[in-house]
Amino acid sequence: MRFLTLILTNLRRHRLRALIGVAGIGFGVAAMLTILSLVHGAIGMFERILAVDSHYLVFERNVSDMFFSSVTDDQVAALRRLPQVASAQPLLFGLVASGDRPVITCFGLEAGNSRLAKAQWVHGNPADFGRIPGGIWLGARAADFLGAKLGAKIGVGHGEFTVAGIIRTENGFEDGGVFLPLKDAQAFFSREGISSIVAVKLRDETQGAAFKADVETAHPRLMALENREFNQSYTQFKILNLTAWAVGLCAFLLGGLGVANTMLLSVFSRIREIAVLRVCGFSRRQVAVLIFGEAAAIAALGLVAGFALGYGALFALEHTPLFQGYVQAVVKPGMLAGIVVTALCTAVAGAIYPAQFATRIQPAEALRYE
Amino acid sequence: MNEALVTARDLHKAYDAGRVPVLAGISLEIRPGELVALWGSSGSGKSTLLHLLGGLDLPDRGELAVCGLDPRREDHRQELRRRHLGFVFQLHNLIADLTVEENLRVPALADNRPAAETTARLRELAGAVGIAHRLNHRIQDISGGERQRTAICRALMNAPRLLLADEPTGSLDEATGDTVFALLTSLVRERGITVVLATHERRFAEQCDRRLRVRSGRIEAE
Repeated sequence: MRFLTLILTNLRRHRLRALIGVAGIGFGVAAMLTILSLVHGAIGMFERILAVDSHYLVFERNVSDMFFSSVTDDQVAALRRLPQVASAQPLLFGLVASGDRPVITCFGLEAGNSRLAKAQWVHGNPADFGRIPGGIWLGARAADFLGAKLGAKIGVGHGEFTVAGIIRTENGFEDGGVFLPLKDAQAFFSREGISSIVAVKLRDETQGAAFKADVETAHPRLMALENREFNQSYTQFKILNLTAWAVGLCAFLLGGLGVANTMLLSVFSRIREIAVLRVCGFSRRQVAVLIFGEAAAIAALGLVAGFALGYGALFALEHTPLFQGYVQAVVKPGMLAGIVVTALCTAVAGAIYPAQFATRIQPAEALRYE
Repeated sequence: MNEALVTARDLHKAYDAGRVPVLAGISLEIRPGELVALWGSSGSGKSTLLHLLGGLDLPDRGELAVCGLDPRREDHRQELRRRHLGFVFQLHNLIADLTVEENLRVPALADNRPAAETTARLRELAGAVGIAHRLNHRIQDISGGERQRTAICRALMNAPRLLLADEPTGSLDEATGDTVFALLTSLVRERGITVVLATHERRFAEQCDRRLRVRSGRIEAE
């Protein structure tokens, strides 16, 4: 017999109690896995919108959200004149409503934008982009939920447009969005001469520092960040990430309380047995190992159950027609490691007081009473 | 004369912050290979004395040495319980959801003894106390006498020099009690183990090598 036998025996004889602890950890794991992977997926999609065929993103300094960033057409032209720049693609973001959809992302972009070239054209012709008056181009998912076909007239916000093309992209936000020529979008949103960001591709990537310095000298109101830097510093991404971890940790806190409760009841119900173990030569440390071992076993079972539940929830969300395209779960190894460590730490933290109590049991006193 | 295995001088013990005195100056010596009865009525202090000898509780005052160790020290208590002492209680105090064999392995687990050595010893002891056929049974599936024999067997697993038995026949019928007492006697006669038996039953006390009458926390006469 090994320690593990004792640990499993203790869990087996109070199955329901152990299951409550497992469920607590399991829900924490599932919540964290689901929230984090959805947030990472959403961030990934947004990153890809910003960083198509570019090395740097230029936007208004100190702006809290890219939707509120303003880069003027003159600044875009000035960026294009910089010697390091191979191409500069302005992009205007806006939100519109159409039909029963209250929020649809609208992208204002120039005809030569790389994302149009890289998209799969389901209907229409890339060469027509920007050449059809009153035309609007839809992502395939948006065309589905708006029930719009090529040539149909649809109301978007306060205007009416003719569907001039339908494109399919790998990005959920784009696929569920609508596209307007930049000038049309600027007029539609009353932001004439303004773009939200500019995606810049350099002729030579090693020229990045010089490009950045030139931008910040000539346009103190703008900032240029490498795509990687942007992903790490963009406040919205940070807030999303922090929120995801905070919600997940709250779920774990509840799980930890569940483990603490399970372990306390477990210790209280076998005070005499723990005394007998001490009489048989178990040290205080061995008793503590036994209690922490039980908590770790609960955490391990909770992790298995939680991952199964979390992956199941993600699968269901990704395959729910309402969310299709918008929900992309991204599970990263670091995230999994973080969840495993958090679950184990939660379980161990929940077992600290029960273990402390168990190690302080006085054999003679415990054996004296029934 | 063999050196004493247990030496106690003027042991005092009280509970409830001294308001309930239990032992009031006990002195005794127990030599290797003796079968000693601590005989007295309930509440006389037998169990408390046994607990002090086994390091399960600490004296308030007095000198105590067991197997050359000081039970007042945590490290010595650990050493005593793992290597030198075995305990048998009135209630068998076995772990109900484990099998007989698993219960017998608990002391070896505490002492990290090799599995093969443990297996050989538990088979030998289980045969000697007559529970070999019950090794794979759960505790709740065996009789009261078998449980007590299992408890004795567990107490012997780490080859103790001293066995402390607290009313081991107290919860058994007369015939089973006789069998268990005979088993304890055989441990002394055949294996040379020292046994201290706390009992209120005169018939067992009279069959021991020495009888220490415990009354009101004192030993009256040897």
